[in-house]
Amino acid sequence: MSDITIHSTAAQMSEALIAGSTTSVELTNAHFAQIEAVEPAVHAFLHLDKDGALAQAAEVDAKRARGEKLAPLAGVPLALKDVLAQQGVPTTAGSKMLEGWRPPYDATVVKKLKDAGVVILGKTNMDEFAMGSSTENSAYGNTHNPWDLTRIPGGSGGGSAAALAAFEAPLAIGTDTGGSIRQPAAVTGTVGVKPTYGGVSRYGLIAFSSSLDQAGPCARTVLDTALLHEAIAGYDQMDSTSINAPVPHVVAAAKKLDVKGLKIGVVKELLGEGFQAGVRQRFEEALEELVKAGAQIVEVSCPNFDYGLAAYYLIAPSEASSNLARFDSMRYGIRIGDDGTRSAEEVMSLTRHEGFGAEVKRRIILGTYALSSGYYDAYYGSAQKVRTLVKRDFDAAFAHVDVLVSPTCPTTAFKLGENTDDPLAMYLNDIATIPVNLAGIGGMSLPCGLAPEDGLPVGFQIMSPGMRDDLMYQVGGTLEAALVSKWGHTLLSQAPTLAGN
Amino acid sequence: MALNYDQAVAKYEPTLGLEVHVELNTKSKMFCGCATEFGASPNTQTCPICLGLPGALPVVNAKAIESSILIGLALNCSIAPFSRFARKNYFYPDMPKNFQTSQYDEPICVNGYLDVEIETDEGPKQFRVEIERVHMEEDTGKSLHVGGATGRIHGADYSLLDYNRAGIPLVEIVTKIVGGTGKYAPQVARAYVTELRDILRSLAVSDVKMEQGSMRCDVNLSLAPVGSNELGTRSETKNVNSLRSVERAVIGEVIRQSNRLEAGERIVQETRHFQEESGQTRSGRSKEQAEDYRYFPEPDLVPVAPAAQWIEELRASLPEKPSTRRKRLQELWNVPAKEMEAMVNAELLDVVEETIGLGAEPTRARSWWLGEVSRLANEREVAPTSLITPAQVAEVIALIESGELTDKLARQVVEGVVGGEGTPREVIDKRGLKVVSDDGALMVAIEAAIAAQPDTAERVRGGNLPAAGALIGAVMKATGGQADAAKVRELLLKHLGQG
Repeated sequence: MSDITIHSTAAQMSEALIAGSTTSVELTNAHFAQIEAVEPAVHAFLHLDKDGALAQAAEVDAKRARGEKLAPLAGVPLALKDVLAQQGVPTTAGSKMLEGWRPPYDATVVKKLKDAGVVILGKTNMDEFAMGSSTENSAYGNTHNPWDLTRIPGGSGGGSAAALAAFEAPLAIGTDTGGSIRQPAAVTGTVGVKPTYGGVSRYGLIAFSSSLDQAGPCARTVLDTALLHEAIAGYDQMDSTSINAPVPHVVAAAKKLDVKGLKIGVVKELLGEGFQAGVRQRFEEALEELVKAGAQIVEVSCPNFDYGLAAYYLIAPSEASSNLARFDSMRYGIRIGDDGTRSAEEVMSLTRHEGFGAEVKRRIILGTYALSSGYYDAYYGSAQKVRTLVKRDFDAAFAHVDVLVSPTCPTTAFKLGENTDDPLAMYLNDIATIPVNLAGIGGMSLPCGLAPEDGLPVGFQIMSPGMRDDLMYQVGGTLEAALVSKWGHTLLSQAPTLAGN
Repeated sequence: MALNYDQAVAKYEPTLGLEVHVELNTKSKMFCGCATEFGASPNTQTCPICLGLPGALPVVNAKAIESSILIGLALNCSIAPFSRFARKNYFYPDMPKNFQTSQYDEPICVNGYLDVEIETDEGPKQFRVEIERVHMEEDTGKSLHVGGATGRIHGADYSLLDYNRAGIPLVEIVTKIVGGTGKYAPQVARAYVTELRDILRSLAVSDVKMEQGSMRCDVNLSLAPVGSNELGTRSETKNVNSLRSVERAVIGEVIRQSNRLEAGERIVQETRHFQEESGQTRSGRSKEQAEDYRYFPEPDLVPVAPAAQWIEELRASLPEKPSTRRKRLQELWNVPAKEMEAMVNAELLDVVEETIGLGAEPTRARSWWLGEVSRLANEREVAPTSLITPAQVAEVIALIESGELTDKLARQVVEGVVGGEGTPREVIDKRGLKVVSDDGALMVAIEAAIAAQPDTAERVRGGNLPAAGALIGAVMKATGGQADAAKVRELLLKHLGQG
């Protein structure tokens, strides 16, 4: 192989593939070697598709050899969150309920990745049905944070983020309902983007909360994230909520490295009590870099964000209670208790009892209650009103500033097991990421340093107006370049060496 | 003593409510591209979307929206500039997602009416049935419960599921409370469903075949003592699958409920099932504990917001109202109401009109379609309109009128056309079917007949005209039925000095 290694960026891999200094099969094999070395410690993947991936890689190499025109990321490996349907490949959404299910179809995102020649290595671990902030709700064991194996990798997309941080893949797909792309990115020192709602098709994304779910790109640099963003985004007639408009030019924006004249709003409500001191410190230092780069920083108040968390934990469980009703053992997935004596209703009930984990059951019960007649207006109805108010806060803010910023999470990665008995403490982790989902706008998390008190990564969140995803890439790309130049290295180069590194 | 119907309606005033479900005849399903053909092998018309597989999403069928708007406009409804789908949540094995995508508090059409006419003791009378809403939803799959006594899921040995029907677009048309009908409630109910069926047929949005289930009616009925302003407790009768059954279900419920009330019992709010054989209803599930469907707006679908201009274009495209058209054609053609009804029920009004439009005489056009063509269609168990075109029927009629064909020959021509032998002209040529109108050829046959029956001929000469029949018959036989009998008679009588 050339000077390209598993530590290279996806953009570098792409260039090397185009230049012919490496092949996709070589790259794919190198990543599987790393996966074999570190998986016992990290457990980022639920399923590895080595045969499928190598076949895909060989096909891309053959096409390239024939001189066919290929997409920029053709031949670059990727880790896919297990919540997206991939034809013929086990897809569980982290739930026992779907053990052994092999979808008969590809999600639109998967189809686009395949069409672009991206090599799918396997499916990554996640909180069951994307419900959680630590990946501890997976039915298939914990994923460990490569920075400290006793800590959580974030959630729900902890597997995708850990795979990036452990150099098991240069690219990953996540999904973000309340922060499931951004919070794992923050606690693993990687980059993750939740695109504008409707910017990436949801077709084939196993639904948690339909009005909040959004698939998005994850990588180790802002530019890599942008390259993946453009590969998966765009209107899809299979998704009624998909936006029929051109994809924002995020790759060009990520390369701009200039924020002169941009107005950046710091959200007052997302900095106060409950935010770890080291998180605030690194966030504020990052702001200084943006000022140096020519941006104007102003403080902005979004008073209704305080109610965002409560609204989210009514809307998301309500939709989930309905979305998850289809898991009844009749057509797919596991079936429990069908011994010839029990009724369909009993079998459905036993299957749901066995197949769903505690957090999923908690949310189904919560959502069922919130939608019940007599409670609907007080709970679901009020939550929708709050949602509108949060949107208005954003609209008012974006009338004055180009993007908004905050720390991605109040704290760095907590210990595995630390919050498992305290759902409310777990929910609070999403306080800064949730407003973006409620408003349907775009949000990015990128690393802004290590917290002095624990030496763990801190995430910097950038929020951009709907369908102006380019703005967060512009600011993110500029900040990343400034920080790397200031540190003299990338943040991930400071991560401890795992067995395979 | 149990009350009979007349006694019941003398004492109690019925109040109706009708809910009609109509399967739209779109080529694809409501939210996916699957085919909707009736009678396909089980589970062959399914995909990830209508099977509710994890990750699959619905997309609204634009044709179904168009059909729903057309229905709303034909029923004088307002079309909502903004309407939404909602999820109706409940568990049942034949419902793939365990929620039905329907419309709840924001239906696509609201506040319309339909005027119907019935025969009363005082002559024809019009009733206005007010429409509350027209909304869209998807059908569920079909369950077949095998074993067990009731044919229901409880007690069945096992159940078979067919998801071909899951996701077929349905439109539900709900009336407001229909009161003031008095004893005519059954006729009003029937007239409403009939008129609705005819409207839907004229819009070409549904097959409206009640026997195949593409149109299904639920009859809500309550009774209150005559003169009281209150409404009684209602029952909801399902499984009413023909126009006649609509009428019978109302009668059956009036009698059942009135007798319960007479006995001092209370009416239970429940679902009942109509029994085709007895005309009575059987208790289904009780609705006392109302099921909580936890409706909420369907987040996977954007709201339906039809452009005002599109609605106006659809309004302008509405066909003439079937009742107006029937009246107009009945007067124009001068036909009795009964025959008009026969044409409507046989779905032949369009072709008859077209045949007449091509120059055929109305009575002939009607009798050919309802008679010979329908007979041939029945034999083959197909629709009459699939056998022959209005232009071909009109051509045959024109040939009869010009004397080129007799009725008997014309039947052979029609049979030939239906049998695939070609156009009427081609059948005539191929089969050599031609009226023998050449006087010379006929005279030869007449003279041969006279020679064969000299006594008969003599009687005719003597003034016994009815005796000519035997000679005419002989001539017809000799010419293979291709002679015009009237012409033969004329020539024969002249020849025998009686012309």
